[in-house]
Amino acid sequence: MSQDLSTATFSGYRRENGRVGVRNHVIILPVDDLSNAACEAVANNISGTMALPHPYGRLQFGEDLELHFRTLIGTGSNPNVAAVVVIGIENGWTQKIVEGIAATGKPVTGFGIEQHGDHETIMEASKVAKEYAQWASELQREEAPIGELWVSTKCGESDTTSGCGSNPTVGNAFDKLYPHGATLLFGETSEITGGEHLVAERCRNDQVRERFMFMFNRYQDLIERFKTSDLSDSQPTKGNIEGGLTTIEEKALGNIQKIGKECLVDGVLDKAETPTGPGLWFMDSSSAAAEMVTLAAAGGYVVHFFPTGQGNIIGNPILPVIKLCANPRTVRTMSEHVDVDVSGLLRKEMSPGEAGDKLLECMFRTANGRLTAAEALGHREFVLTRLYESA
Amino acid sequence: MIDFVVHDEGDSVGVVVVEGVKAGEELTGWVMDQDVDIKFKAASDIPIGHKLAIKAMSVGDTVIKYGTDIGKVVADIGTGEHAHVHNIKTKRW
Repeated sequence: MSQDLSTATFSGYRRENGRVGVRNHVIILPVDDLSNAACEAVANNISGTMALPHPYGRLQFGEDLELHFRTLIGTGSNPNVAAVVVIGIENGWTQKIVEGIAATGKPVTGFGIEQHGDHETIMEASKVAKEYAQWASELQREEAPIGELWVSTKCGESDTTSGCGSNPTVGNAFDKLYPHGATLLFGETSEITGGEHLVAERCRNDQVRERFMFMFNRYQDLIERFKTSDLSDSQPTKGNIEGGLTTIEEKALGNIQKIGKECLVDGVLDKAETPTGPGLWFMDSSSAAAEMVTLAAAGGYVVHFFPTGQGNIIGNPILPVIKLCANPRTVRTMSEHVDVDVSGLLRKEMSPGEAGDKLLECMFRTANGRLTAAEALGHREFVLTRLYESA
Repeated sequence: MIDFVVHDEGDSVGVVVVEGVKAGEELTGWVMDQDVDIKFKAASDIPIGHKLAIKAMSVGDTVIKYGTDIGKVVADIGTGEHAHVHNIKTKRW
């Protein structure tokens, strides 16, 4: 294929704040666990809306609470979302989230259940959700240059074919997108262990490098504080080990292939923060798949490259996850989950450049509307990261 | 037919990329960075995705993959043998 990306465009929804999304979701967003039932009832009443239930949002405090707000506000603000209905048990935190999302200019309304009850809340919220769904259904896509696409990546259920095949494929695609002003993301802090010097070398300047090492060391401190073993079975996971990965260092070297050879690391984000310019950004994040993808969506990313070895199957409610795989056994036994088969790389049937082009071709089709396997299979894992216990 | 891949010619291990490798089989390996083929005999049964040692290693040695340190040897490994969690451990945690 080898498309000339300098003139490439995709077709997306231009939002009020200028960002371009590739999906047009109307979401019903609970602030807290008490509001899940009402959110699900509203989504059940109104076609074309989707609830995002989750188990948290009560008595959180400090940085953990800040992360909770940042993640929910970021999710609602993501350009793949057209409009949001927010429901919480009380009005204070509900309005805080509404205001955060309203800063983007998109339609958003909140409801507090106290003094109203589920039935009245569901009725009033359904009226607004219906308006939003009908309004969103008339929005049209427009052409946008490739530089306006924000692409994140995270690998999952990795094995040794990830490091040899699917991760370098992402790296090849990232190297091709980077010069055109795209905004890119990688993360999985603990999974850089063994290769942190290689990432540090790619940082644009000392300031970025220091911030990266701060995030990296912070995660190492957390692991040292709580570990009871060398983390074998957790990081690497049992699935990684079954697939042939032996140590965290080996996994890290495979992981780092995803940032290609040309990209510099231009900035560092804390969990669920939004980048302030184009380039490749590192986000401090868990290596647990759905947690990291949820954080990437909260950061504003609209398409996700997910290389897998053993067969990770997660998706995300608002961020389309593209699965690519270089393991022939996985491609054969779990074919319904795989969007891009790059197992030919390890048979020398395709070059790294051809594999990268194949991934970019899927990226364009996904951006322009094609459902990924995870979307078609109904995988909508929405998993909030917690920093410590609630009060 | 490629049976295993090696990232860099200085590596001490390669990765088996086909199913059903048995002890005694003659294998063809592809050294990716230098784009050369090598021949090797498997000394153990090795599952797809798992590593075989392409150099003999002793307890305390550093395992090299991607031209980089990926861990330490905790039990001697002969050439062609299965190299994994029973003979290699992390140095980091």
